[in-house]
Amino acid sequence: MAAPRHSAMLSISNNVGTPQSTSSDKTQIAQPQSPAQTPGLRVPSNRKTIYDRHLNRSRNAELSRASFAYLFAEMVTYAQRRVTGIQDLEKRLNEQGYPLGLRLLDLLFYRATSTSSSALSSSSTSSSPPNRPLRILALLHLIHGPLWRLLFQRSADALEHSVSPDTPNEYMITDNDPLVNTYISVPREMSMLNCAAYIAGVIEGVCDGCGFEAKVSAHNQPTEMWPSRTVFLVRFGDTVMEREKVLERQGVK
Amino acid sequence: MSILNLPLEFTGAPHNCGRHSPQNTFSSSHAQLSIMTVFSLIIINKAGGLIYQREFQPGLRKLSTNDYLVLAGTFHGVHAITRTITPRLPLQNTASPVVASPGTNAPTTSGYSYPNPGVPASGLEYLETEKFRLTCFQTLTGTKFLLFTDPMTGSVETVMNKIYELYADYVMKNPFYQLEMPVRCEAFDRHLAAWLRGRT
Repeated sequence: MAAPRHSAMLSISNNVGTPQSTSSDKTQIAQPQSPAQTPGLRVPSNRKTIYDRHLNRSRNAELSRASFAYLFAEMVTYAQRRVTGIQDLEKRLNEQGYPLGLRLLDLLFYRATSTSSSALSSSSTSSSPPNRPLRILALLHLIHGPLWRLLFQRSADALEHSVSPDTPNEYMITDNDPLVNTYISVPREMSMLNCAAYIAGVIEGVCDGCGFEAKVSAHNQPTEMWPSRTVFLVRFGDTVMEREKVLERQGVK
Repeated sequence: MSILNLPLEFTGAPHNCGRHSPQNTFSSSHAQLSIMTVFSLIIINKAGGLIYQREFQPGLRKLSTNDYLVLAGTFHGVHAITRTITPRLPLQNTASPVVASPGTNAPTTSGYSYPNPGVPASGLEYLETEKFRLTCFQTLTGTKFLLFTDPMTGSVETVMNKIYELYADYVMKNPFYQLEMPVRCEAFDRHLAAWLRGRT
């Protein structure tokens, strides 16, 4: 799998070089240009860009928690500009997380399928079917387990279904100590705010990417032991619930 | 400083300008055995304003908020003075009559070094009385942490480092904290109290 991608990368860089060669013909320089002279896109001399790396390369890599904390603090500060209220701020944080969820989903599936045969090629194309979740519970387990492990290196702490018969479309994922809220103390006048709305956006992106239309919001539910305990409320749309019933009748898992 | 109505004495940097009274000397073995008592913590911003004040254990007289503000401002000034009066030693050519004669050519600051070369003048670091010891730690950005502890306790360096670490984590990484403004971070309070409780 790595070889075709690499050759594709080479052809891309050749294409990039073509217009430059025409321009260099105008200036009567017949020498073939080196990639280092290409303005804008810089390609390392060994031609190993980030696209040439194996996707599993950073699988067990760890990132600095402090740099993430500073980055996230800046994201919150940025989202705070020109907002009208707490809900608006949470909406902005949610929107920042949404594209991340959409993109993470592909990586998650890729890694889930290629887990067993580590670097061997064509694992996804051969026998095992893509394990895209079709039912709500499978999707929630995907979020609760693999997604949480990918993001935070641990599973979420609880997964619950709404007990109320009026809201069968509501599910709750609980995190006792969300990473994004570790260093954040929300001022008293904004006590409703939970910056984990960003993570709610990620979850929403994953749900939408799987074809489950949903609205996700983050809520504070502090306990004495876990002062920053957060519940992510996942509300699936009506179409999703209808499809769920059909699939249940058909016995699809 | 007279707010505290206690005899004050300089014992630390910039140099020993006071005299140890006998009851203030302590054996290091005793200090290691004794329980670390941290009375209170004060944080002063780089402009001399009080941004944090918290009492952990009773033992010191309580002051009004205004008095704490005055204390912070006064300490800020005293700290600046003690840093300024740190003696400077001429770097070289001490025997040379040109340099030794005063007033002829004012040597530039680069021609001087401090008593402890390599360490810049830091100003007041300890202030000890019969009842408490004040330890001042100034960060590179000018924020000062004042820790009031029992004079019998040994080095408070670990406590100070931990407080600085907690400050860096739970105050500086908090997007809702505005620089140089009073610290109102619930997570900072919580972790500070939990850590000090775990130690004592």
